[in-house]
Amino acid sequence: MAGMNIKSAKILVFSTEKISDPAIDMAGLLKLYYPPTVYTISIPCSSGVKSRWILHAFEKGFDGVFIAADGSDCPYGESCTEKTGKIVSRTHELMKQKNIEPARLRMAAICSVCSESFVKQMKSLNEYLLKNSII
Amino acid sequence: MNKKIGVYLCHCGGNISDYVDVEKVRKSIENEEGVFLAKTTMFACGDANQKEMVDDIKKNELDGVVVASCSPKLHLMTFRAVTERADLNKYHYVHANIREQASWAHSDDKAGATEKAIHIVKSAIAKVRLAESLNPFKIPSKKAVAIIGGGVAGMRAAIELSNMGCPVTLIEREHFIGGRVAQWDVLFTTNETGKELVTKLYNDLVKRDNITLFTGAEVISNKGCIGDFKLKIKIAPRYINEQCNQGNLQKAINACPVDVPDEFNFNITNRKAIYHNFPSEYPQYPVIDIKHCTRCGECEKICESVDFNQKEEIIEIQVGSVLMATGFDSYTPADGEFGYNRFDNVITLPQFKRIIELSDKKLIFKGKEVKNIAYIYCVGSRQIEGENKYCSRYCCTSAIYSAIQTKKIFDNIYNYHFTRGIRTYGKQEVLYGESLKDGDIYLQSYENDPPVVFREHDKTIVKINDILTAKREMSVEADLVVLVTGMVPRADNSVASLFKIPKGRDKFFNEIHMKLRPVETVIDGITICGACQGPKNIMESVNSALSAAAKSFSYVSKGELELEPIIAQIDKDLCTWCGACIEACPFDAIKMEKQDTKDIAVINNSVCKGCGMCLPVCPTDAINLIAYSNSEIESMIDALAG
Repeated sequence: MAGMNIKSAKILVFSTEKISDPAIDMAGLLKLYYPPTVYTISIPCSSGVKSRWILHAFEKGFDGVFIAADGSDCPYGESCTEKTGKIVSRTHELMKQKNIEPARLRMAAICSVCSESFVKQMKSLNEYLLKNSII
Repeated sequence: MNKKIGVYLCHCGGNISDYVDVEKVRKSIENEEGVFLAKTTMFACGDANQKEMVDDIKKNELDGVVVASCSPKLHLMTFRAVTERADLNKYHYVHANIREQASWAHSDDKAGATEKAIHIVKSAIAKVRLAESLNPFKIPSKKAVAIIGGGVAGMRAAIELSNMGCPVTLIEREHFIGGRVAQWDVLFTTNETGKELVTKLYNDLVKRDNITLFTGAEVISNKGCIGDFKLKIKIAPRYINEQCNQGNLQKAINACPVDVPDEFNFNITNRKAIYHNFPSEYPQYPVIDIKHCTRCGECEKICESVDFNQKEEIIEIQVGSVLMATGFDSYTPADGEFGYNRFDNVITLPQFKRIIELSDKKLIFKGKEVKNIAYIYCVGSRQIEGENKYCSRYCCTSAIYSAIQTKKIFDNIYNYHFTRGIRTYGKQEVLYGESLKDGDIYLQSYENDPPVVFREHDKTIVKINDILTAKREMSVEADLVVLVTGMVPRADNSVASLFKIPKGRDKFFNEIHMKLRPVETVIDGITICGACQGPKNIMESVNSALSAAAKSFSYVSKGELELEPIIAQIDKDLCTWCGACIEACPFDAIKMEKQDTKDIAVINNSVCKGCGMCLPVCPTDAINLIAYSNSEIESMIDALAG
């Protein structure tokens, strides 16, 4: 229980306004608890995330970054998943150069009703970051 | 940079302040750079607070506003309108979601929720500091609406949209329209029959040129977005020509060797694979159920109108909005639940209603005359365990009305109601009074001590510890046990997946806000109405249908929609022209232009959709998205990390 002061990892989520934001909101509505140190920045499309934003988050103290990708639901086109994947690969390389463990950046498709999947992803990333003494 | 920012922190009744220490949040942010005033409010969306905000903005010449409250899906537009009323460009408003993403998401950890809310508000303040004045773009919106579901709600919505001059495509999965109401006989409160109601709507519908009706039709794909949905519809053939010889057709029906349970009668009767509509269903034009047809050819030999060469058709339509009216299923009790499927005289309320309609003079079930009827309420609703924790709203009224009708139509009927408390709300309460005057017996139990149904000496007995008589054990020998079953979401809701419509905890479609935005979904351009949204009676379904029709029309009425002016911008100095952005853009919104001495990328503002796909591929970081610039995003990250 977070209320018992067990430390949780600080995770930044890049979420999309039309697709994953509703899922994250619904996770709250359904009281599907996840660590309160998960913060969200909303953007139009997951394939518009810049590597420098991710690196900036790590520099400023975030333990993990998660891209809630639009996947096949992207209203802007079918290439979204591939493009978001490339952003992650490129950023992983940059993270290696800066001695940041690449596994601290994850992405997964989160559709507008994927609340449970989002919470699962958050718990899993949090667990990984705690287990590997990232924080 | 904006330096006179007003911050409003909402309690949302207790929805936020029960878990987030709102005053602590206020104190934590009041000295943030640029914050001029920081207030808490019980309901930020309330008229009084909105007026106060307008006064604050004008009086103090605020240049930025943050409201920390519910999801922006609910009130972003509300507060943007507030800033506009105060003559402040609406893009100087930033919304902070501390309800769905703080108080509700972390109601198990108040300290954690408060800490998160503080960071979320600081991040919104960081963003609003950099906000600039913008003007919305306009895109064309196809003036047409698709309605999915041809029950009472869908038909009424179609007529309303037609009245507004909006072309409508009404899509019904079954071969007949009328939905559940077609299955009911006399209806409270008007004493009209379902047939009369459906006939009235159908006759009105078919005379309108701007309504196109497809039956046996399913949406199989959806592309596009608000203003421009492209739907593919699969239309199943009826295998019978329209101008058919009714005499031969009846002979063909009689000759069909297939016997399958008739879903219209909730499986209490059977029908053939080739079958006619019930009088309350439309169009009155028969069909062959190809799933069950054995292709024996008997009907073809007799009736020249049978045509197995008819082919499935796939058509495409373009609409600006989609209205969902897909209805509900009736709860089917589990085997053995109050004796269902174990004792042959235990049936559901929908089955009972069909039996009443199909009976003549005497109420006969399975060859035996029925006199004692036991109604067991809340079967499949208000469950302590399982998914259906909600009240289905219509069933108390429906059961009592059926009981009254039964007594009116048939002699020597005795009704015994085994309830968990009667919920005949509003005008329906008079029915309860009438039923009591009629001599119906009401017995009541708690949810943890429900009545039991068992067989004894070839009799079906219903026993209850009646809390209205100090838990005295009462039992009734019932000729018929009617399980008063509620509404459940459609078992086959695949059409909802196509549109990604969110569902609530009860698995019905979810509106943005039950009270304030009751027919809108988070998917722009998609509205919902009727019982696909949750249990409703006919009156409530029609109310919501009219509301959804008006909302859908608002998306398409002007022929254009205002869109966010969020587009990509190129920094001419940084651009070295490599062409990566052109490849990344899915809309061909970027082209190369020679400016001064070098080639650079240029954005076509009217084509750019603001997805931002060009941003990460630029090797010199020369592209930013309006309102999502490096400085804005990174200042938000700083605030969240702090």
